Amino acid sequence: MITVPRPGRPRGGGNERADGAGPAAPTRKRSRVRAFGLRTRLLAAFLLVAAVSAGTTSALTYREARNALLQTAQDTAVSTFRDQVERTGWGLPLQEEGLEEILRDLARTGKPRPWVVFAEYGSIRASSGENPVSSVITPQLRRAATADRYGSFQRVVKDGVPYLTIGMPTVFKTGPDSVLPSGLVLYAVMRMTDEQVNVDALLIAARNGALPGLAVALVPALLAARSVLRPVRELRRAARSMGSGRLDTRIPVRGRDELADLADTFNESAGQLERSVGELREAEARARRFASDVSHELRTPLAGMLAVTEVLDEDADRLDADTAQAVRLVSTETGKLAVLVEDLMEISRFDARAAELNSDEIDVAEAIRKTLQARHWADDDRIRTELPAGIRARLDPRRFDVVIANLVGNALRHGGAPVSVLLRTEASSSGTLVLVVEVADRGPGIPAAALPHIFDRFYKADAARTRSPGSGLGLAITLENVHLHGGTIRAGNLPGGGAVFTVEIPLRAEEAGR
Amino acid sequence: MSRVLLVEDDPFVREGVQLGLRRRGHDVRAAGTGEDGLAALAEFRPDLLLLDLMLPGMTGVQVCRRIREHSQLPIIMLTARGDDFDVVIGLEAGADDYIVKPARPEVIDARIRAVLRRMDDGSTGRPAIEVYGDLTIDRVGLTASKAGRPLTLAPSELRLLLHLSAAPEQVFSRQQLLENVWEHTFHADGRLVDACVARLRGKIEDEVGNPRYVQTLRGFGYRFGPL
Repeated sequence: MITVPRPGRPRGGGNERADGAGPAAPTRKRSRVRAFGLRTRLLAAFLLVAAVSAGTTSALTYREARNALLQTAQDTAVSTFRDQVERTGWGLPLQEEGLEEILRDLARTGKPRPWVVFAEYGSIRASSGENPVSSVITPQLRRAATADRYGSFQRVVKDGVPYLTIGMPTVFKTGPDSVLPSGLVLYAVMRMTDEQVNVDALLIAARNGALPGLAVALVPALLAARSVLRPVRELRRAARSMGSGRLDTRIPVRGRDELADLADTFNESAGQLERSVGELREAEARARRFASDVSHELRTPLAGMLAVTEVLDEDADRLDADTAQAVRLVSTETGKLAVLVEDLMEISRFDARAAELNSDEIDVAEAIRKTLQARHWADDDRIRTELPAGIRARLDPRRFDVVIANLVGNALRHGGAPVSVLLRTEASSSGTLVLVVEVADRGPGIPAAALPHIFDRFYKADAARTRSPGSGLGLAITLENVHLHGGTIRAGNLPGGGAVFTVEIPLRAEEAGR
Repeated sequence: MSRVLLVEDDPFVREGVQLGLRRRGHDVRAAGTGEDGLAALAEFRPDLLLLDLMLPGMTGVQVCRRIREHSQLPIIMLTARGDDFDVVIGLEAGADDYIVKPARPEVIDARIRAVLRRMDDGSTGRPAIEVYGDLTIDRVGLTASKAGRPLTLAPSELRLLLHLSAAPEQVFSRQQLLENVWEHTFHADGRLVDACVARLRGKIEDEVGNPRYVQTLRGFGYRFGPL
């Protein structure tokens, strides 16, 4: 298995994501890896190895075969020439006449091929061919031929034609082991075109042998790349699937290699993740159910208490002062408790995503006016409204009522008069029409530190004011209700002082009521 | 002032609501179970039934269905479960209104009065008996019949029918119907209207899926006719 190290990527735990495969992998890194992908690198490595091994084998084979081929030809030629030279009786001193005839005889019996024979003796130059001296014979060979009594040979390439040149000195035998050069040196020049053809054929054969090897190496390279890349692809798919929330995603484990280990580790990690997420969800669901159950359980006693507080209130005037105060306190607190439980119920419905939108097309100005009327705020001179007629929107009247009532109530409690309620429509940045409701007051405004938390549950901007008439859930419920309408709500401060809450709800003319 | 039968299993709530309503001038009889409540009906002859949804044994929904089989007694559901599902189940069983607990006697009293209010809208200057197709509506006798067969309509259903047919072909939004028929001055939800329309259709229409008398105008509301 060829491993390709990845630069700049620390080795982490077993569940390390495949490079660039995960949905969260930054695109910058992905594009860099893509440019020189795993598949390309694997193929390149395979081809390199195949090329080196095939090339080396071919080169060595070629060299050996060529040497053997040439060696045989050379040896034959040299020994034949030597024999011929020895067998020929040379009358010394040599006469130029008749020499060419002898040389021609020698040339005819050349082995393995006819050769051209030259003789050099002092100033005498004779040849079996047309030129008395061959241009192929190098000074090097001349020197070697006179020095070595057994003769020398050299391969020479001239004008693209290879020649074998042999130099053979003739000697006098002066003793059993001693000889004396006679001065006559014979040269044979043989064309080695046939050998060259064979050698060329060898070269082509070697090359032709190596190339299919390379081509054949592509197949296992592709197979190996596929076997590596398929698990990587599976890993990527699985990681993406996990990312989109399907935590039960697993990868099939094949074989026992490193990739199978990786898949195993991934599966294990996914299992652990699924378990912990499952536990978290369960805990969350339990907490929600608990809140909902508590609220339900509180409702029944509250129903009884609330039913009798009116009786207490009505009769308080007839009781003595202390008892009357106690009775009024109980009555007020019961009312608050009832509001708190209602708000808790509402919040737990939002948490359980059980809150539904029962939309109706309503006249928004009319709806706001009714909300103010129902809370006895309609004739309140602390409230100023600017409600242009004719704005109709699909809203859940009950939820919209809660939104407006909470914002106005909040402004009256924590802000300062006058509270202004403005209604308008405007085009949002994306070009769709939105309904805008602004509730502003002239109070001290919201402290900067409190702004980010203003919609949190039970958040109290002023830590000293531990009790307020509201449940502490009003703005959180308002936020949820606005979100349910697909809208947004912002809190801010006016330049001249005072807080402003801005509700934006898209004016969609989509599916109509039942 | 009016005779109210309260069916509620929790003694504290029963006592409290009884006390509160009695102070507001109602003649209240209380029963702890649905069975007791049904038994008290014949003897007490209430003008209205306040019915808890969660009861031991027979549930409020079952009691409601049983009563609706033969009686047009106004019924208000008293429920601790304000979730959409529970409300709709209660309404579909034939209740005229619902109150989510906890509620002040003031609110309960207002709802009782609204449900009991005399159904006199549109009765002046019109013939007492109107005929629309197979449907005959008697505005004085406060009855309706279809093809000569009298219909058993719950008070809210009858009031809805009277209100819609008083102005044929006029479209009423759910909000308008809530205010005119149920007298809810604040924003209650349209589920009350939808559930009531569904029940009314079940009684007067030939094909519920293709209503002839009470028609839906998508995005606007409901209207009576055109036939």
